[in-house]
Amino acid sequence: MNLTLKIWRQKNAADKGKLVDYQISDVSPDMSFLEMLDVLNEQLINKGESPVAFDHDCREGICGMCSLYINGEAHGPDRGITTCQLHMRKFKDGDTIYIEPFRANAFPVIRDLVVDRSAFDRIQHAGGFISVNTSGNTIDANAIPINKHDADKAFEAATCIGCGACVATCKNSSAMLFVSAKVSQFALLPQGKVEATDRVLNMVKQMDEEGFGNCTNTGACEVECPKGISLENIARMNREYLKASLKG
Amino acid sequence: MSGILNSSIGRKFAMALSAFFLMIFLLQHFIINFSSVISSGTFNEISHFMGTNWLIQYIMQPILIFGVIFHFVMGFVLEIKNNRSRQIKYAKNNGASNSTWMSRNMIWSGGFILVFLVIHFIDFWIPEINVKYIQGDMSGLLADGEGYRYYEELTHKFAPMWRVALYCVGFVFLSLHLLHGFSSAFQSVGANNKYTKCLKGFGKAYAIILPLGFIIIALFHHFNAH
Repeated sequence: MNLTLKIWRQKNAADKGKLVDYQISDVSPDMSFLEMLDVLNEQLINKGESPVAFDHDCREGICGMCSLYINGEAHGPDRGITTCQLHMRKFKDGDTIYIEPFRANAFPVIRDLVVDRSAFDRIQHAGGFISVNTSGNTIDANAIPINKHDADKAFEAATCIGCGACVATCKNSSAMLFVSAKVSQFALLPQGKVEATDRVLNMVKQMDEEGFGNCTNTGACEVECPKGISLENIARMNREYLKASLKG
Repeated sequence: MSGILNSSIGRKFAMALSAFFLMIFLLQHFIINFSSVISSGTFNEISHFMGTNWLIQYIMQPILIFGVIFHFVMGFVLEIKNNRSRQIKYAKNNGASNSTWMSRNMIWSGGFILVFLVIHFIDFWIPEINVKYIQGDMSGLLADGEGYRYYEELTHKFAPMWRVALYCVGFVFLSLHLLHGFSSAFQSVGANNKYTKCLKGFGKAYAIILPLGFIIIALFHHFNAH
């Protein structure tokens, strides 16, 4: 396949940045999208040009590092995958592909396609954990019975890999799907209920302070989420938040 | 409770509550208007009751006006804030691949409804306030004293085709707004469970049947008067 790539190039956070056109030929349909970018970078290095910076780590759809907004969609034109799981067979010979970084004020661009998603870390630090007493009287988690339905729902929420596709795809740059998954995975379990009030209040406060937008229930985040995190979690977080606000 | 309205979720909740109130109001407005198609006498009786009952006039009417203004102001404030949360936009964005047009354009459908409401107020509400509270005529009677004026005024208003067309366009935007707004309000207050599928179906029916009903009422009076 021969392709035209329109890639966002930006030297650093202060640089204005722009889309730059690249031609790439003989792309195998069996390549992953990131492998295609690896080939492009090899070509750029051989020509003495600066390679395109992009995030990646496990390349197995687990770590959530790879981002990229491809042809107007987070992680490209496929469902339930991260960018590293996207294959070039999804494109046609002669296509023009737009490759942009995840856009949100809360995710500033560091360089080219690499964005700073540490806002998610700060939200996690604000309450995305449980405090476990390790003084010697710790009860084994498995000794506490949990009904199957709640355990399944908590597990589903816990599959969120914090990639940020929900923010990138939301027209409001809202982080509510991510935050609600983190709130839900604990709120559904007895170990998480102890700190449930403080958790949801602190995490939502941090989310708002980071400058994410407000959810308007378009549902785009759920569609683009590589792990299929459901909007049910946002509804649960809304309930948890209202309950906590009335208590606190 | 402190600061709940300053939080993103608190604002969502407030928007949803005002939406519920407006959707209930819309339903009663539709039922009353529809009575005009069935019986002019019934419509006149209900209109006179609604127009002169102190609870409706002095308690419910101000609450309704507050609800309408709150919903619009909050909607615009949230839109501006949300827009600012992504200052650098995408060069290519394929919103249609993951969300409905209605959900992405609530500000536009809402904006057109606001324009329609201004026209609607000028057409019906301001003349009504003028007759009752400025001229002081609470009788609700026609100038010749032969029966109530409400049905007469309604049919008179819908005589010109341009006004009927304008109202029909307004109702189409109302339908587009409700097609997302109905289920969105439930999601905002945390109602997403095994009944959500049914609720979404009911919401779609509400969003289509009610505006369509208003269109039928306007067309009925237009053609009935000719």
